[in-house]
Amino acid sequence: MNPGEVFFFLFGAAVLVSAFFVVTATNVVRAALWLVGALLGVAALYLLLGAGFLGWVQVLVYVGAIVVLILFGLMVTRAPIGRQRLETGEWWLGAGVSLVLLLLLSFIAARAFPGARISLEGSALTGTGLGIFNPRYVLPFELVSLLLLAALVGAILLARREQ
Amino acid sequence: MSLPLHFPLVLAAALFALGAYAVVARRNGVLVLMGVELMLNAVNLNLVSFWAYLRDSLLAGQVFALFVVAVAAAEVGVGLAIVILLFRTRETASFEEADLFRW
Amino acid sequence: MDFYRIAWLIPILPLIGSFLVLFIGKRTPGRGAPIAILGVAASLLLSLGVFFEMIGGRGVYEREWHWLSIGPAELGIGVRVDGLASVMFVVVTVVSLAVHVYSMGYMHGDKRYTWYFAALSLFTGSMLNLVVAPNLIQLLVGWELVGICSYLLIGHWWEEKANSDAAIKAFITTKSGDVGFVLGVALLFGATHTFNMREIQELAVAGEIPRALVTAGAVLLFFGAIGKSAQFPLHVWLPDAMAGPTPVSALIHAATMVTAGVYMVARLFELFASSGAALKEVALVGAVTMLIAALLAMVQDDIKKVLAYSTISQLAYMMAGVGLGGPAAGVFHLYTQGFTKSLLFLGAGSLIHAVHSNNLSEMGGLRRVMPVTYATFLVGTLGMAGIPPLASFWSKDEIIGAAARAGGGVGQVVFVAAVVTAFLTAFYMGRALFLAFEGEYRGHGHPEESPPVMTGPLVVLAVLAAVAGLVGAPFVGAFSRWLEGAGAEAHPVEPGVLALSVGVAVLGLLAAWRVYGRGAPARDPTLSLGFLTRVLVNKYYLDDLYLKGIVRPVQYPVARAVYWTNQRILDGAVNGAAILARVFSRFLYDTVDQLGVDGAVNGAGRLVGGLGRALRALQWGRVQRYAAAALAGAAVLALLALLKV
Repeated sequence: MNPGEVFFFLFGAAVLVSAFFVVTATNVVRAALWLVGALLGVAALYLLLGAGFLGWVQVLVYVGAIVVLILFGLMVTRAPIGRQRLETGEWWLGAGVSLVLLLLLSFIAARAFPGARISLEGSALTGTGLGIFNPRYVLPFELVSLLLLAALVGAILLARREQ
Repeated sequence: MSLPLHFPLVLAAALFALGAYAVVARRNGVLVLMGVELMLNAVNLNLVSFWAYLRDSLLAGQVFALFVVAVAAAEVGVGLAIVILLFRTRETASFEEADLFRW
Repeated sequence: MDFYRIAWLIPILPLIGSFLVLFIGKRTPGRGAPIAILGVAASLLLSLGVFFEMIGGRGVYEREWHWLSIGPAELGIGVRVDGLASVMFVVVTVVSLAVHVYSMGYMHGDKRYTWYFAALSLFTGSMLNLVVAPNLIQLLVGWELVGICSYLLIGHWWEEKANSDAAIKAFITTKSGDVGFVLGVALLFGATHTFNMREIQELAVAGEIPRALVTAGAVLLFFGAIGKSAQFPLHVWLPDAMAGPTPVSALIHAATMVTAGVYMVARLFELFASSGAALKEVALVGAVTMLIAALLAMVQDDIKKVLAYSTISQLAYMMAGVGLGGPAAGVFHLYTQGFTKSLLFLGAGSLIHAVHSNNLSEMGGLRRVMPVTYATFLVGTLGMAGIPPLASFWSKDEIIGAAARAGGGVGQVVFVAAVVTAFLTAFYMGRALFLAFEGEYRGHGHPEESPPVMTGPLVVLAVLAAVAGLVGAPFVGAFSRWLEGAGAEAHPVEPGVLALSVGVAVLGLLAAWRVYGRGAPARDPTLSLGFLTRVLVNKYYLDDLYLKGIVRPVQYPVARAVYWTNQRILDGAVNGAAILARVFSRFLYDTVDQLGVDGAVNGAGRLVGGLGRALRALQWGRVQRYAAAALAGAAVLALLALLKV
């Protein structure tokens, strides 16, 4: 077992445990905080895989912005914080579907690439990922900015109180 | 130093399944959105893993993941706005009770 | 100026006009109408430029720009300008411009005035795109755009359920024909690996495609034409489509919608011709339809429905003309009918505008009140009946002549159907004319002549409907040269056919006049007057009108037949034919059309409704169950992937 695999198991375990608590926590604020853990774990995995820039974006955008947004959402909706019935009547449906998906996807992933290995040499934090700013991605990025603007306007319009 | 490709893929599958469970089974709309975030992160993990495996010069996997992050941000913004609107009109944040679209 | 090179602007200009009207129309003076009119007028000028260049002897111009690649196939977007296209340009833009101008008066004060003009221009642009298309995909795009525009405009006053129902019926009926059309396009592409119509036809003529495939492809394409051009048995949508504003009916009937089917068959004539069977089918469908529709037209009270059935009947003429006499014969009729029919529809719109009713039973005596409408409507009626030298006479004669020349079983069937239809056409057009303009006014209020913005287009169209046919007259023969190349010879005048076609037209008008006209004193007026008087006496029993219209001619003229035989054998025969035809058409309308064909259409509707109710159980209304279903679908996909790995 090389150091790469050790780090992977460490971060992976953190991600899975956090995600498990996200979906089972009885307190919604606590679920949101567990989400921070899961997202940070994923960011660490990005760093491990050599996608440094993406890892920091993950920390900034997800942990910094999206989770805060979710927390605000929880407060604005005054969702009852504390113990309550948190599952729908059809939780068994979700459990069944996700279990089947887990088994199928894992099986496919494990069998589809026999012996394929990811090289982690020289990855760590050296690859800043600035190659993302390839000129050919300019137009897509502009379109994404347009999408974000549209979402912004849409969100404001939806959440605005009627005059 | 290297890593079998299927390790992160299986991890992503597990993360995706957990997110899917949250989307189907959680009552609170905000928790459903968190499930969606987990699923998107699973997809991103896959994208980055394949990029790390292929190491293409265009960084396509990373760029795609970045787009997914941006789309996720937009999705959370609109999704939360919908949850807030739902709460304001029906006094609940539960998707289970929002069933006006039934025949 | 090289008009062929800028022909691509012809469909673009109305489309630009349409979008401008849509986005800024409301804030401009005239609420968008001037922009739409400007776009169509510019398009008309270009069309005329192209037209005169074509007359000057210029050949085919075809240009395609690369659009996208589908596997090995290149798909282009471009223009093809030839005689056929230039004639269609002129017909479409002239009629469309007249309709645009007229609509300013007719739709004045409508609450969706701006939107109406945007849709009208879009309609025109779509049809022009269909005409200019060099390949089947571009044709299909125009074809479907025309369909959706007709849906929008027929349902323009959608607040009334009947109108939106009619729009849906038109859309779905034509769509069911389009299924065949799309299959035909796919089949031809499979056989030739190209969408370009010229290449497909060259391959078909050269015999590179198996004969069976050519026939199958042509027949499938013709299904689309049956739907679009309202041929039997898919003609049911057209009478209902009268629910739209009357100028829209004029546009649909004369220029932009129903002519698409005939145009398509003419455009792909060589394909149809290389499969003789397909061409025969076209001619036969035409023969059946023209007769059925003409009979139906005789029992309608709604003036627009009279015109609607007559459109179906005349389109069938065009189909039969293309099927037997080649594209020139059919398209010549399309060209003359374009002016004549739009004239009649706009005239009918003027009547409706004045009396606020579609029913002939609420008109009458309008000749004195609305002299311009009367004069123009008279030109249209005589043209439709086939009185020389009005435009429609030449084209109708051309088709009857083509049928006579064609011979053989199909030729004879078409010939008989065409002659009988010519008689019926003259009769029902005369009936509509006399009922609307002669006798006493039977409606309410005080009708007045329409404003100049409405009568102006009428006069222009009336002039065109009168003289436009001369270009195709046998002694000129220019029309077939335009469409079929310089080598096409003008068909000689056949005195027998000519006499027959004029004869039946005159007889039909005389019969109509005999039954409905309050005619000249030399002509035994009291009989007709007696009949008309009875209708007038019973004007409040509007529901009885059909009954009266049929029972009276059966009762009285039969009794008088002996008297007539003494005086005028011919008159008696003519009237007898009219009576028989009316009885038979009543049966046809009530039983075959309303019960049979409509029943099938309604049955299809009910089937869809039942399926919808069954599927409704799946509409849980719970977003999370939908998510679970979607994820289950993903699991199924994953399973499939697993089985393949």
